[in-house]
Amino acid sequence: MNVVASTVFIGLFVFIAILGFASAHWRKGDMSHLHEWGLGGRRFGAWISWFLIGGDLYTAYTFIAVPALVFGAGALGFFALPYTVVVYPMVFAILPRLWVVARKHNYVTASDFVAGRFNSPGLALAIAVTGIVATMPYIALQLVGIQVVIGGLGFPTHGFIGELPLIIAFTVLAVFTYTSGLRAPASIAVVKDLLVYITIIAMIVIIPIKMGGFGHIFAAIPKDHLLLPPIKDGNTGMISFYTTLAFGSALALMFYPHATTAVLAAKGPNTLRRNWVFLPAYSFLLGLIAMLGYVAYASGIDKLPELAPYFAEYKAQFAMPGLLLHFFPSWFVGVGFAAVAIGALVPAAIMSIAAANLFTRNIYKAYIRPDCTVQQETSMAKMFSLLVKFGALMFILFLPLTYAIQLQLLGGILILQTLPAIVSGIYTRWFDAKALLLGWATGLGWGIWAASLTGFQKSGYALHLGGWVIPAYIGLYAVILNLVVAVIANLVIRKLGVANDNDATELADYVG
Amino acid sequence: MHSTSTPRKLGWLQIVLLAIPCIAVLIVPWFNRLEPSLFGIPFFYWWQLVWVPLSGVFIGIVYKMVVAKGSGD
Repeated sequence: MNVVASTVFIGLFVFIAILGFASAHWRKGDMSHLHEWGLGGRRFGAWISWFLIGGDLYTAYTFIAVPALVFGAGALGFFALPYTVVVYPMVFAILPRLWVVARKHNYVTASDFVAGRFNSPGLALAIAVTGIVATMPYIALQLVGIQVVIGGLGFPTHGFIGELPLIIAFTVLAVFTYTSGLRAPASIAVVKDLLVYITIIAMIVIIPIKMGGFGHIFAAIPKDHLLLPPIKDGNTGMISFYTTLAFGSALALMFYPHATTAVLAAKGPNTLRRNWVFLPAYSFLLGLIAMLGYVAYASGIDKLPELAPYFAEYKAQFAMPGLLLHFFPSWFVGVGFAAVAIGALVPAAIMSIAAANLFTRNIYKAYIRPDCTVQQETSMAKMFSLLVKFGALMFILFLPLTYAIQLQLLGGILILQTLPAIVSGIYTRWFDAKALLLGWATGLGWGIWAASLTGFQKSGYALHLGGWVIPAYIGLYAVILNLVVAVIANLVIRKLGVANDNDATELADYVG
Repeated sequence: MHSTSTPRKLGWLQIVLLAIPCIAVLIVPWFNRLEPSLFGIPFFYWWQLVWVPLSGVFIGIVYKMVVAKGSGD
């Protein structure tokens, strides 16, 4: 076991645990209200929102999975970069409108908005369930990041003793989320991001210098690894897959419940707009992290005798931790590993709060206890956040890891199917809830079927169209189908005159 | 407090400005090549990396256009 690294790691972990508990008192509000516990009272300014949204979207799984993908698959793994470039201009245009209407009607979730806008608890239920189902495996995947670094510290990773650190980490997470709500990940995110920035910048500056510069690193990578295979013989191949995966993932990201939660927690629409001017800084970091995959490839660390056993166990996922172990002194390994582990806790906390908000508002209050008091509503959300995390922990302890990865892949496809209802509602009330529900069901059914063709291993589907073969991201094809079905169904519903035009919001609520 | 912030609606110019960085990183066949490289980094990689800060600049310009000074949170 690496004693120095482990000591630094545990020290930092204890520090953020204390911070998590203490943050309940930070700008304290009446914690018996859901918007206080679940949205931090909608009081986060530009700086805290920047850390919160950044800490939320760039998860521990990202730090492990992105370099792993570049290390294993080459250029395709870089799709994470155009993905995060595309997302901010889009959210800048769309989400401030959602914030304003959500604030006015005290909507805590995107499903709240859909329920009010379309006068349809049924459509809201569909969107809430989709969100919860897509979020669960995502929380489970955060644990993978923790598992890899705990293994890298030299702790045993099998049996009850091996699982103990993970159980402790998640218990700490569960308890401080329960007491402090969204304030806990918001305060921890600041520490997490400082650690992440320090680690990644040190890695991207020091390792290439030791290896003789980026020229040397890229020269050591085979050319077919560095570029996507060009379009040929009427098959757009990886080119169309790369493009649609980046674009589709950006669309999906906006409406993951944890993203909506962090956005609605901001102080105001201009706070958000300002925030998105500066959030690309994280994407730049992500690009650097992606390049670490090539650094690991060129350095050949997977073949070193002291690291080969880790690569045998964790495969390409050990690329980033392996670089830290090989190139840095022990104390810094502790800092870097702590960044990954704490980087898992922030999004896991926000995701469980987001899932709890959805369950409480759009299932419990809408269907089970419509007359519950605000106090009952909040305590139900707190309980559900515990349940969600417990479920994620069971998932990782008792099911093969590949299930979580496959379900997370499916999760993106599912989330995209909530897009037509939410985005159309932000701009127009032309659609009827029944049409949107039919589109949602069609997109969902087709998406799951298309993913099943690959055995839930891959997220691509090759469409044959007019002599062309166009492989693309399943989620994007599914959401196009979803929208087409919704438009046709809506034309029929309008023609038959059976549309429900009740709307809890009014035109003046939509600004920007 | 939020009622004080009523930004102007996004017009065509603003939408085009927001679309430029998106298009720049999605025209994959155009940047799917090694040369010209920069500090040893192939074109495919540095082109996409450069658009990260540039996207912030474009969003910043649109922010200045739609949000009036002192319009609150």
